Amino acid sequence: MNISYNWIKEYLDLDVSAADLAEKIERTSVEVDSVTRPADGLKKVVVGHVNAMEAHPDSDHLHICEVDVGDDQPSQIVCGAPNIAAGQNVIVALPGSRIGGNVKIKRSKMRGVESDGMICSLQEIGFSEDVVPKEYADGIYVLPADATPGEPVFHILGMDDSLIDLDVTPNRGDMLSLNGTLRDLAAIYDKPVTLDQPAVKETGDAIADQLTLHVDDQLSPQYRMRLVRNIQIKPSPMWLQVRLWNAGMRPINNVVDVTNYIMLKYGQPLHAFDYDKFSGQDVYVRTAQAGEKLTTLDENDHELDPTDIVIADSQAPIALAGVMGGLSTAISDQTTTVAIEAAVFESVHIRKAAQRHHLHTDASQRFERGVNQAGVQDALDAAAQMLDELAAGTVQTGTAVGSNRVPEPAVIPLTLTHVNAVLGMDLSMERVTHILETLGFTVAVAGDQLTVTVPIRRNDIHIPADLLEEIARIYGYDNIPATLPTGRMTQGRLTAAQRLMRATRHSLEGLGLNQAISYALTTEDKAKMFLMRPSEVTKLAWPMSVDHAVLRMNMVTGLLDDIAYNTARKVKDVALYEQGRVFYREDGTDRPSEEEHIAGAVTGTLMPEAWDQAAKPVDFYQVKGMVEAYLQDMAVNGDVTYVPNADMPEMHPGRTADILVHGHRIGYLGQVHPTIAKRFKIGATYVFELNLQAIIDMPKQENQYDVISRYPAITRDIAMLVADDVTNEQVVNLIEKRGGAYLQSVKLFDVYAGVKVPKGKKSLAYTLTYQDKHATLVDDAVNQAFDKVSHRLQDELGAEIR
Amino acid sequence: MSLKDKLTELQQHGLADIQKSSDLKDVNQIRVSLLGKKGPITEVLRGMRDLDAEERPKVGAFANEVRDTLTTALAKRREELEAAVLNARLAKETLDVTLPGTPVAKGEPHVIQQIIDQIEDLFLGMGYQVLSGPEVEEDKYNFEMMNLPKNHPARDMQDTFYITKEILMRTQTSPMQARTLEKHDFSQGPLKMISPGVVYRRDTDDPTHSHQFHQVEGLVIDKHVTMADLKGTLQVLAHELFGDKFDVRLRPSYFPFTEPSVEADITCFNCGGKGCNVCKNTGWIEVLGAGMVHPNVLKMAGVDPDVYGGFAFGVGPDRFAMLKYGVDDIRNFYLNDVRFLTQFTKKG
Ligand SMILES: [Zn+2]
Repeated sequence: MNISYNWIKEYLDLDVSAADLAEKIERTSVEVDSVTRPADGLKKVVVGHVNAMEAHPDSDHLHICEVDVGDDQPSQIVCGAPNIAAGQNVIVALPGSRIGGNVKIKRSKMRGVESDGMICSLQEIGFSEDVVPKEYADGIYVLPADATPGEPVFHILGMDDSLIDLDVTPNRGDMLSLNGTLRDLAAIYDKPVTLDQPAVKETGDAIADQLTLHVDDQLSPQYRMRLVRNIQIKPSPMWLQVRLWNAGMRPINNVVDVTNYIMLKYGQPLHAFDYDKFSGQDVYVRTAQAGEKLTTLDENDHELDPTDIVIADSQAPIALAGVMGGLSTAISDQTTTVAIEAAVFESVHIRKAAQRHHLHTDASQRFERGVNQAGVQDALDAAAQMLDELAAGTVQTGTAVGSNRVPEPAVIPLTLTHVNAVLGMDLSMERVTHILETLGFTVAVAGDQLTVTVPIRRNDIHIPADLLEEIARIYGYDNIPATLPTGRMTQGRLTAAQRLMRATRHSLEGLGLNQAISYALTTEDKAKMFLMRPSEVTKLAWPMSVDHAVLRMNMVTGLLDDIAYNTARKVKDVALYEQGRVFYREDGTDRPSEEEHIAGAVTGTLMPEAWDQAAKPVDFYQVKGMVEAYLQDMAVNGDVTYVPNADMPEMHPGRTADILVHGHRIGYLGQVHPTIAKRFKIGATYVFELNLQAIIDMPKQENQYDVISRYPAITRDIAMLVADDVTNEQVVNLIEKRGGAYLQSVKLFDVYAGVKVPKGKKSLAYTLTYQDKHATLVDDAVNQAFDKVSHRLQDELGAEIR
Repeated sequence: MSLKDKLTELQQHGLADIQKSSDLKDVNQIRVSLLGKKGPITEVLRGMRDLDAEERPKVGAFANEVRDTLTTALAKRREELEAAVLNARLAKETLDVTLPGTPVAKGEPHVIQQIIDQIEDLFLGMGYQVLSGPEVEEDKYNFEMMNLPKNHPARDMQDTFYITKEILMRTQTSPMQARTLEKHDFSQGPLKMISPGVVYRRDTDDPTHSHQFHQVEGLVIDKHVTMADLKGTLQVLAHELFGDKFDVRLRPSYFPFTEPSVEADITCFNCGGKGCNVCKNTGWIEVLGAGMVHPNVLKMAGVDPDVYGGFAFGVGPDRFAMLKYGVDDIRNFYLNDVRFLTQFTKKG
């Protein structure tokens, strides 16, 4: 909401610039979005009087005007506006002037005729289309007759004012008005403020004979109307129009403008009805009935909902209460009798109606936050008074009151001790009392105890904590010291799970993977891929896009999306890991369970090509090496085994392994199925995904010192031919089982299946290391053990030792 | 010529030859020819038989002296020549040390993770626990227990991904406040916690909005926790993340779960507080929301607000990263372009 600096200064004696005032408001009450002065950047834009004009000889719409711009000689200005006329006072941009949009105006020729400047519309000097009065929307603006030629237009048009745009938080509805802002500023600057008191002259007949209200006070706790007859509809005076357009509202006519003006000043939305359009003399405030319709002022039709509050006459709804009036009873140029409504509506109803009908109006915004329930009659009276003064109206005697439930003011107990204990300060009772009183609160003090009565207009203050905020902000947050909590010591430490998750990340980064954070919301299709266990999908009820509509049930597809993003940008080598949650849901439950997972994906090459090394495309064994190293880092207790899995539809059937710890599957690794890779538009990609929660929960090996033997180790190499389907695991298991007491390790050092071995066979070669921890090993012992293993390999696996 | 003179001459010639020798072979030859069994010194010593007993030891001692001098000179020359050979070889082995090192595989932590870790470490050091709650939350914990009942107008401020009427993607990590408050045994000491994690809002992704982002929520509840403690804590956080020169200021704001509520600004990075277009000429940049925990939040979690109170704050690591590193598009954090990820190294 734009609040006018000049308007504020009419009531408060402030010696501060608009920028400083805005800064103070931001620091003490609500956020300020901007401070603007409409005249800024404009120059040499003055009042001109059109002495005479004639048609341009070479144009059917241009006029050559003789314009008095305050100089000795009148200027000649060519103007194309349809509404230009002799005798008007107009806005003239002189040669060398600057107008809206930073446009510079020069002396020029228009179709051969000299033009000493330009006659301007409001839009041309920077006004928004939305605030320009309709009659001037398509032409130049006509200034008041008393304007002096040559005088700058800025003051007349209110452009020399500074407009402070307040971003009012939902609790501070009171700040959506001049009066509310003034009251806050009075406290901030500790200055007295006197607000206008309406003085309405009732000269007409009794309203009771002309209007009867029937109000459901659950919907509208207060509902009041005044009636003003003999209205003369005309444009509002200049000062009033300026107030409105500086607040971002379009001047319409004196009646509508008065209601808007009172709303800006008091924060109380009003509505003006054309009384003569009422069907009968009864007005109802009720909920809409099924099937009822309403055409609102903006000429849109609405099907009403049974929870909408409507104002109705004896026939039909005539307004959507608190949101927008109806077209059938709108003020027109023919209106002579006006019924003005001032009311309070239930905020929840208004909020829902505004949402339902997509009508977020200045009125609905204020009713949603709550208006000053103690000021409804004042606002109504002030409006009636203005209609008398500006529209020659005859105010009928009395106010029609349909409901009148005014809340009691909040009375809040507080102690000074509590104030200082919570704020961490040492304020005196005088200081606290003074702050509350400058805000307009009533304070009774007894010892340490304060009893604070809060004016009804401050509907955001109910409890002691609310008062603490008032005290703190007016006292100034800058004056609060900066300390750290004292009190009993607490231990700050990560849990074992948190430590393991950190270790996981460090391990994988050390292995060459970059940490990714992908979107957890994905498509249903992707959510269901790479499943590690059966699960129902969990869908958002109202997603923003189909790409992010379902909760992920795997980590890998997110990483594949990342790889696709990189691939599309010609980044070929991508190595990523991600730690995060997947969401599994059981049929029949609403809420999924969340499981920590860790996944990796590599495409291209891990070690990029360089001048001294060739690129090696990533393969199964590189990624397996990472998983092995990672699981080693995590010290999982139990044998880790890799079992072929040809059944995951998204994975290469011959290049995928389940990862088992102690026989329990904790994940998988392998190559993404080429058809899936193609679907993601990515190249050959290797992935793994592990149930991190399972790793967290698993027993771990404790780190323990193992004596390093002083005695030398002896190695023996063995090479053998075995059938293709004999696995490395079978060979190693056998060697380990039959290797004897001194066998320390078995290491594969060669695999060959080329032309030099018979078809259906492959050659495997291992280094066996023997060591006795307590004595020097003798060759005989090793030879014996080695021979035994060789025989076992021949017997049990059909190996041909070479 | 006396024997002594002969020896003196031998020494002079020998030293000259050694000096002239140009490789190890020469040195060896000189050694054999001078000091060998058939060499001149041996010959001179053989001639000593003819000397009288008085002269013999003197000449003998001198002959030994000459032999030692030559031996030493030979050894020295050998060393010199060996060093020259080595130096020549090393010169041949010279590399272009400006050629790039062989690349090694290395990965970086995500920039958001780095900021979260930094915040965690700071607060762990101040005795806070780190707690992470569910990402799929109940309306009750995400809103109601945060003092946002069903019809609260502030619910419009946070558009939410609902799954059912009561189940939603958490819009903040504050539900952990309520969950922890419910369980905390205050007889065991104050509650000091931070809760980092992913949160979700119903937003269209653009350079400044993301439907997924991160939050670190902080909470301290004890018998005597003050607003001054909140200010001091936020100052420590700003100093940790941005540097000691950065100042914190508080402004009034509104959150349903805190009262008083404040917005915290820190000194503008770009201009250091002088005012520029990044900070809209204020010298300050808004970084987080905070406040004193609303009594209703405590009450709903079964904590007596007349005895206990404290502060809460909510930090956006995404926003911090954008400010700190000048990242102009929040989507960078979730699209994982490797060229983006590897810009933020793990220097700590
Ligand atoms: Zn700045």
